[in-house]
Amino acid sequence: MANTAVLDVSNLECVRGDRRLFAGISFSVKPGELLHVQGPNGSGKTSLLRMICGLVLPVQGDIFWGGESIRGLREDYFKEMTYLGHLSGIKEDLTALENLDILSRLAGGDATEDAVVAALGQMGLAGREDLPAKVLSQGQKRRVALARLVLCRTRLWILDEPFTALDVAAIAVVQALLSQHLHNGGMIILTTHQDLGVLSEVSPAGAVQRLQLNS
Amino acid sequence: MSSLVATLRCVVMRDLTLAMRRRADVLATLFFFVIVVSLFPLGVGPEMATLRIIGPGVVWVAALLASMLALERMFAADYGDGTLEQMLITPQPLAVLVLGKALAHWLVSGLPLVLMAPLLGIQYGLPAQGLWILMLSLLLGTPVLSLVGAIGAALTLGVRGGGVLVSLLVLPLTIPVLIFGAGAVDASLSGLGAQAHLSLLGAFLLGALILAPWATSAALRISME
Amino acid sequence: MSSTKINWFKYSSPQAFYPLAGKMIPWFVVATVLFTVPGLYFSFFVAPPDYQQGEAYRIMFIHVPAAWMSMFIYMVMAAYAGMGLVFNSRLSSMMASALAPTGAMFTFLALWTGALWGKPMWGAWWVWDARLTSELILLFLYIGFISLQAAIDEPRRAARASAILALVGVVNIPIIYFSVKWWNTLHQGASITVNKAPTMAASMFTAMLLMTFAFWMYTIVVALLRVRCEILERERHTDWVMSNEFAGRSPETRNELG
Repeated sequence: MANTAVLDVSNLECVRGDRRLFAGISFSVKPGELLHVQGPNGSGKTSLLRMICGLVLPVQGDIFWGGESIRGLREDYFKEMTYLGHLSGIKEDLTALENLDILSRLAGGDATEDAVVAALGQMGLAGREDLPAKVLSQGQKRRVALARLVLCRTRLWILDEPFTALDVAAIAVVQALLSQHLHNGGMIILTTHQDLGVLSEVSPAGAVQRLQLNS
Repeated sequence: MSSLVATLRCVVMRDLTLAMRRRADVLATLFFFVIVVSLFPLGVGPEMATLRIIGPGVVWVAALLASMLALERMFAADYGDGTLEQMLITPQPLAVLVLGKALAHWLVSGLPLVLMAPLLGIQYGLPAQGLWILMLSLLLGTPVLSLVGAIGAALTLGVRGGGVLVSLLVLPLTIPVLIFGAGAVDASLSGLGAQAHLSLLGAFLLGALILAPWATSAALRISME
Repeated sequence: MSSTKINWFKYSSPQAFYPLAGKMIPWFVVATVLFTVPGLYFSFFVAPPDYQQGEAYRIMFIHVPAAWMSMFIYMVMAAYAGMGLVFNSRLSSMMASALAPTGAMFTFLALWTGALWGKPMWGAWWVWDARLTSELILLFLYIGFISLQAAIDEPRRAARASAILALVGVVNIPIIYFSVKWWNTLHQGASITVNKAPTMAASMFTAMLLMTFAFWMYTIVVALLRVRCEILERERHTDWVMSNEFAGRSPETRNELG
C-alpha cells in the first residue's frame, strides 16, 4: 500500500483567460521526495499547485494518486493531502487556538486541545493562543497556518510560499518540520522565492526535484 | 455517519461564533426587515382593512429581501481569507459543509425574522390565528430561502456587482415559497385552513435540503477555480 | 452505406463546427423565409375572423408560437448547458449562451403581444393571469442567466456557472408554473383566465404551425450566427482562428484582435 501512494502528473495544461500558462507538464513525486516548483511571477506556480490539490480542473492531462485519477478519488485523496495556499485560511475574528482547532478538525484530524496548544507552542506562539487573529502580525498568522503541519498526518504536503513573512527562527522550525516529514516518507511540493539554501537544509540527501515554469 | 455529524456541528458552531463576534451585521438584517415592513403602512395608508389584506404578503416580501441582503455574507468572507479554499479540500463531502453553512446562515438571519414576525403582524392587525400561521410558514419557508440562496451566493462569488446579481438570480426561484408562504396566512384567515400550503412548504424544504447543498457544492467548485 | 458514414463527433469541436455552421446558415435562412411568408399569409388572409374576438385575435399567431418557443428554447438551452457541464464540451456551452438572447427575445415578444391582445380583450394591458405571470418569471430566469454570464470574465467559469443556474431553473420551472397556477385559482375573483378558442379552424391551426416552424428556423439561424461569433471570441488565442480568420492581415491588426 505504501508504495502505491505516489503522485503522478501527466501532460498538464493550464489556461487562464486567454493565456496558456503552461502545457505538457509531467512529473512524479515518490515518498521522501521534495519537488520545488520554480518560475517567475505569473508563470502559473500557484495554478499548478491548486491543480494538484484538485481545486482547478486541468484543461488537458490528469493527476494520479497511487495510480488513480484524483477526480475519481476526491475525498479519499483529500484525506492524504494538506494544502497551504498563499491565503492562510485564518479567520480574523477567531483566536489562534480556535482557528487551528477548526482547521485541523475540518481536515479530519482529532487533535485534543492540548495537542493544538502544543502545536502553537512549537511554532513559537505560546501565550498567544487566545488572542484573536486580527491582533496578530502577518508572520504570526502565517505561523498559525503552518502549525497545521504539526497536527496533520497527511502524506502529501502542498505548500505555496511557506517561508514568506517568517523570521529566521520560524524558518528553522518549518525547515525541521519539512525535513522530518520527508524522513518519515512524506512528500512535499512547494514554491519559494527564498534562496535555495533553505531547501538544502530541509533535504540534505539531495532528494530535491526542480520544476522550472517559464512565462 | 458520526464524522459527518461532527463536521456539520463544527461548521455550524464556527459560523455561529463568527456571527456572535459580528453582532452588528446580524442586527442590521433584522432591522432592515422591521423597517421595510413598517414602511408599507406609510405608503399605503393606515386603513386597517387594507393592511390586514396585504399584511402577510408584505411580511413575506420583506423576509425575502432581508434574506437576500444576508446572502452576500454567506461565502464572501471565507472566500476572501482562504478558508473556503480549505473547505473544498477537506475529506468530508462538500455538501455537508455547505449544509452546515446554510443552517448557520438561517439560524442567524432567518430565525430572528421568524421570531420577530408576530410583532410586525400585530402592526397589520392580523388576528392571533393568522400570527401563528405566519410564524409557522416563515419557519418552514425561510430555510428554503437560505438553501436556494446559497446556490446564488456560490455562483456569484467574487463577481463584480455580486450583491445585486445574487438577488436577480435567486428571487425568481423563490417565488413558489412566497406564494405559498403568504397564501398560507390568507387561506387560514378565510377559513380554508392552511394545511395544504404548509405541507407544500414542507415539501419545498425537503426538496431544497436534498438538492440545494449538492448544487451549491458544484457551484463553489466552479467559482473557486 | 458504409462509405457515406460521417463521424458526427468530429463536429463537436468548435474548430470543425465553425465552417459547418457557416454552410448551414444560408439553408436555414431560406427555410425561415419559406415558413414565414405562407405563415403570415395564412395568419392574415386565410384564417377566418374569430366569432367573438373579431380581427384582433390574429396577434395570437405571433403570441402563441413565441410563448411556445420561449419555453422550448429554455429547455434546449439548459440541455446544452448541462451537456457542457457533464462532458466538458465547449461547443455545447457556446450553444447555450448563443440561444439565451433569442429565448429572452421570444419571451419578451410573448409578453408584449400578450399585452396587445389583452387590451381589446380584457380592457387592460396587463392581467395577473397564470400564463402571463409564468412567462414574466421565465423572462427573469433568462435575464439571470444572461447577467451571470456577462458578469464573469473567465469564459470557462461563466459557461459552467450559468449551466448550474440553467439546470436549477429547469428543476424549478414546473414548481413555479404550478405555484403560479394555484395562486391564480385561489385569487380567482381578481383576475381573468385566458381562454383560447375551444375549437380551432384547420386554417388557424395551419397558420399557427407555420409560424412556429418559422420561429424555429429563425432561432436556428440566429443561434448559428451567434455561436460563430462566440467560437471566434473564445478561441481567439488558438492557432486555427489566427490562421483562418486573420490570414492576409498585417501583424498589427492581429495583435489588436488577438
